[in-house]
Amino acid sequence: MCGIISVIDRLGNSMNGEAIKKALSLMNERGSGEGAGYAVYGAYPDFADYYALHLFYDNLVEPKVAVEELLEKWGKIEHSEEIPTYSKGRMLKKHIPWRYFFKPDTSLFASSESLEEDIIISLITRINTKVNGALVYSSGKNIGVFKASGWPEEVADFYRIQDYEGYLWLAHNRYPTNTSGWWGGAHPFNLLDWSVIHNGEITSYGTNKRYLESFGYKCTMLTDTEVVAYLADLLGRRHELPPEMMVKALAPPFWDEIDEMSGKDRDIYTALRMAYGPAMMNGPFAIVVARPDYIAGFTDRIKLRPMVAAESGDRLYISSEEAAIRTMEPNLENIWMPDAGEPVIGRLRR
Amino acid sequence: METITIDAANLHYTPLNIKIRELIRQGKKRIVLNNICGQRFIGNGIRGDDIEIVINGVPGGDLGMFMSGPTLIVHGNCDHAPGNTMDSGKIVIHGSAGDATAHSMRGGEVFVRDDIGYRGGIHMKEYHGKRPVLVVGGKAGSFIGEYMAGGLLIVLGIDRNTPVRGKGIGSGIHGGKIIIRGDVDENLLGIGAKKEPLSGEDMEDLEKYLKEYCRLFEHDFEDLSGSFYTKIIPASSRPFAGKYCWE
Repeated sequence: MCGIISVIDRLGNSMNGEAIKKALSLMNERGSGEGAGYAVYGAYPDFADYYALHLFYDNLVEPKVAVEELLEKWGKIEHSEEIPTYSKGRMLKKHIPWRYFFKPDTSLFASSESLEEDIIISLITRINTKVNGALVYSSGKNIGVFKASGWPEEVADFYRIQDYEGYLWLAHNRYPTNTSGWWGGAHPFNLLDWSVIHNGEITSYGTNKRYLESFGYKCTMLTDTEVVAYLADLLGRRHELPPEMMVKALAPPFWDEIDEMSGKDRDIYTALRMAYGPAMMNGPFAIVVARPDYIAGFTDRIKLRPMVAAESGDRLYISSEEAAIRTMEPNLENIWMPDAGEPVIGRLRR
Repeated sequence: METITIDAANLHYTPLNIKIRELIRQGKKRIVLNNICGQRFIGNGIRGDDIEIVINGVPGGDLGMFMSGPTLIVHGNCDHAPGNTMDSGKIVIHGSAGDATAHSMRGGEVFVRDDIGYRGGIHMKEYHGKRPVLVVGGKAGSFIGEYMAGGLLIVLGIDRNTPVRGKGIGSGIHGGKIIIRGDVDENLLGIGAKKEPLSGEDMEDLEKYLKEYCRLFEHDFEDLSGSFYTKIIPASSRPFAGKYCWE
């Protein structure tokens, strides 16, 4: 069990983190105080053209030297600073959150369609697998993930999440079940443009992980949700699937449902299941995937986890509980429980 | 009758439930809770047939769990499992409810004006004089009456294209009955479920709860009483005999 909530302002207007902190805290029972986190899009307008790399350092000596050597070798660090934190109570700085605003030098790398992104992914993989005491957990442009072990309000206060502003927010309250709670295992998970929050478990983790490894991804966070971020990057960015189709590849209809479809639909869904068999996710889940231009929420095919969506003006909300949405916006125009496997998508209109 | 009003804005469910129990102990019979937003477990385990609690807002999950006797009237939507393992009493929801509504309910009545999520009435059971009833005015999600062992589940689909959204109706049902307004496609039935026409006795059973639904939510009885209904019951008392072990 976990609690999720997300919001997008479809006109791109900013919201600070105060409301989502309260909404997530309302779902405290969905967590166990071992992990909470927030992702905000539009967080760094002054460095919007740079990849915002967030790292956890175990110390500021060997890992930091190794990471900076690597980054300087492959591009330019425009700005480097410790992420401000405010220790209180049991919220100790067990890792040191650091951020770099970084631009890779594309002339140094073999050519591809998405050169910058490929360099960033290769650097992240190298840091997370080779540098002891360093973990990159957020890497998008103008995107920031803030997470730690703790209750939703503790983690929010630790980073002063209310001081950040953005047009798209994700927040997650973790109840770790299959692996123990730690800072890197808190949600959201992020890779480049993509962030993911997830309630449930991905029982197909082994199959999905092996599939992703064949495309060069490396799983380093010791928990299942990580594969969702990489699958979104693979299907959504590298294979350029639109969100509706990506969701249908990850949580496809059953074969007996496909058999009942008419010509064109049957062909598309058959092709999707054939092409993306090992990307299919099994197990109970409610997930929100975000990219700078949309959020997409969906559940597993037999809906073993809750999901509620609501609208108010230009804002679309997706959450585990309606009451959490109502703490952010008491006057909702439209509220519904999406069907199993059916995506709810909020697109930026600007 | 004296009414006690509690402003529950920003009040956690633990002090709220302590307060409710205290009022009941003092002999108060009618309590109104205002500004409810997400408080779980409201009215859990409370007793007394003559107690009425009005809930204004959106309560959290497991409303009225283990409750024995009281009536809860909700003006708003409910989250997961209102009426969870409820023993007796009544929950009236002027809105919709989430997944697993009336989960493991063992007695009493739950009336939902609008829709419910997936797995409504999962594990409902009956024993001697205890017979739980769930009435849904709108639409139910898939797997309604999953593993149902007893009780009565009615889905009316008022103003909806279909009363049940998906498949798996009565999946694993081995007791009790489900009555759905309109015909139900054979393909939507779950493993262990079969459909049958309603008997005269079923019609009497149904009419009693239709009347109560119409009274509670001011709906026209004639609109419902003239419809065709389908009954779904267990195909056998042991639908999974031989599935996990070989006798």
